[in-house]
Amino acid sequence: MSDILVSEQSASGPGGSGRPSGRLLEVDDLRVEFRTRDGVAKVINGVTYHVDAGETLAVLGESGSGKSVTAQTIMGILDTPPGFVTGGQVRFHGKDMLRMSDEERRRIRGEGIAMIFQDALSALNPVFTVGFQIAEQFRVRRGMGRAEAKKRAIDMLDQVKIPNAKGRFNNYPHQFSGGMRQRAMIAMSLALDPEVLIADEPTTALDVTVQAQIMDLLAELQRERQMGMILITHDLGVVADVADRIAVMYAGRIVEEADVYDLYAKPAHPYTMGLIESIPRLDEKGQQLRTIKGLPPNLMNIPPGCPFNPRCPMAQPVCRETIPPLLQVGNARASACHFAEELVNRV
Amino acid sequence: MSENILEVRDLVKHYPVTQGVVFKKTVGQVKAVDGVSFGLRAGETLGVVGESGCGKSTLARVLMNLEKPTEGSVVYKGQDISTLSGGALRRLRRQIQLVMQDPYTSLNPRMTVGDLLGEPFEIHPEVAPKGSRRAKVRELLDLVGLNPEHINRYPHQFSGGQRQRIGIARALALEQLQGEFGLSYVFIAHDLSVVRHLSDRVAVMYLGKIVEIGTEDEIYERPTHPYTQALLSAVPVPDPTQRNNKTIIRLTGDVPSPISPPSGCRFRTRCWKAQDVCAEQVPLLEIRQGSDHPSACHFAEKREIVATHEV
Repeated sequence: MSDILVSEQSASGPGGSGRPSGRLLEVDDLRVEFRTRDGVAKVINGVTYHVDAGETLAVLGESGSGKSVTAQTIMGILDTPPGFVTGGQVRFHGKDMLRMSDEERRRIRGEGIAMIFQDALSALNPVFTVGFQIAEQFRVRRGMGRAEAKKRAIDMLDQVKIPNAKGRFNNYPHQFSGGMRQRAMIAMSLALDPEVLIADEPTTALDVTVQAQIMDLLAELQRERQMGMILITHDLGVVADVADRIAVMYAGRIVEEADVYDLYAKPAHPYTMGLIESIPRLDEKGQQLRTIKGLPPNLMNIPPGCPFNPRCPMAQPVCRETIPPLLQVGNARASACHFAEELVNRV
Repeated sequence: MSENILEVRDLVKHYPVTQGVVFKKTVGQVKAVDGVSFGLRAGETLGVVGESGCGKSTLARVLMNLEKPTEGSVVYKGQDISTLSGGALRRLRRQIQLVMQDPYTSLNPRMTVGDLLGEPFEIHPEVAPKGSRRAKVRELLDLVGLNPEHINRYPHQFSGGQRQRIGIARALALEQLQGEFGLSYVFIAHDLSVVRHLSDRVAVMYLGKIVEIGTEDEIYERPTHPYTQALLSAVPVPDPTQRNNKTIIRLTGDVPSPISPPSGCRFRTRCWKAQDVCAEQVPLLEIRQGSDHPSACHFAEKREIVATHEV
């Protein structure tokens, strides 16, 4: 894993509430902006979510919604500049990581929280063998000798079901197929037995039969190890199969959070509703596809009021004036829509 | 539906694999398309699906005469297309439209969205006279949920999803033409859900061969080839209540190399039904017992994978 570090340590004073709650990983009112030559883009505008051991939280959103930037901030791999954390906390076991020293954060990376990426070919180092890259962690972080580290690395390749792991140890990433590379990256991220795994679009670049294999593998490993998993995706199909809870992001905010069954059965935000109605389904014949009109807002110039209002079929005058906060609707779900109650209570 | 306007027979396209710089020698062949036959009817949309490396894009290139076939023929209205040139070739390309799903490689980066969507009308000026073309393009943009104001933007200024919509808008522009002129489409895609929505007939490809071909219902509701069944079962259904009552078939391993495909049936190395005969005999694409449409499996058998319901 690379050693890119973030120098920015929570620039502007306390943002979150700071209370310990016994949760595994919590993002609390996080705010991130990108300072560019063209202006300041407000990429994350108060994101709050958490994940506990053994649980899968899916973070769903279009490109530019801030789902990946949140993950990068958690991992401490946000590019600074242009990205700056301007508020909030990221707590791991109750401790704010944004205030930790570089050394403390480095210890959490890999052992506490690990991440896998969409594009395994660019996430793996092309000039080292796959085996070396996995074994390196055991040598550097666990102080193992060469032979023992190799044994452990082969064991990891076995666990992610790479056939002939021993023979594959000395292969370079380009000698692996797309699915195998993804498996190798999973092996690498799980080598130090992390408590939380962040998977950022892990199967987007893969063919559908391989995607199914990889999702099965991730689910199995998560169950065995009782990891907390944050699955970042735009694919409502994948989410329906594996998630426990879903947080929907739009323009740097969580607009809805709910249990997976509730969310699909009755979305409590017009944006979620639009997303669900716009997927072509394999199991439906003569389905009329709908689309969400318009584009996500320019993050340098987010419209006043609800950021979704220009595209919302239900928008009222209040939506153009007041930003709807993320509030509880019914039990165990929340929505940031002025009309959430009506949406949930409709028949 | 009338008779076939395009007849593809035993089509083969191999690419040589060479070694050496000055003295190149051929050390093998990539068998991208390896014996494909089908007919395309006037006015129909044929979806071609398969995973990366199955040969669907090569097939498309040969159909449009962008590549010469190694063997076999593509016959358009009784004439072999490899003999066509000039005006006759343009007529062929006008009559048979190719739609590629990949939103990154199928849009010309030097053309604005207005140009991209206006192109079909340029080829068929009868549908929209020059003056009304911009308005027509705006209408299409609005139809697929894109801002008509963005008519002068280039593809790179759109997200992946939006690019996909541009592709769909282009297909829609053609759909109007399809009704009026009886155009035929070949829709090349990897997304089985999208193909279901747009196609009359569907061909499923694996390692350079068609393994199953049939109407939309035949392929999606009564698939008989194990690969089609596995492919359909792998598509995630966006409905968590279906989690536990879905047929799940998980293939193991990867697609073998098209340079040295397995003997006999090419799918046998990943197939749960494989027997000795599968390694010895290439299964022909034909109607078999247990199948009401052509399937290239010695053990073709109907199996419901996707519980389809009408909406």
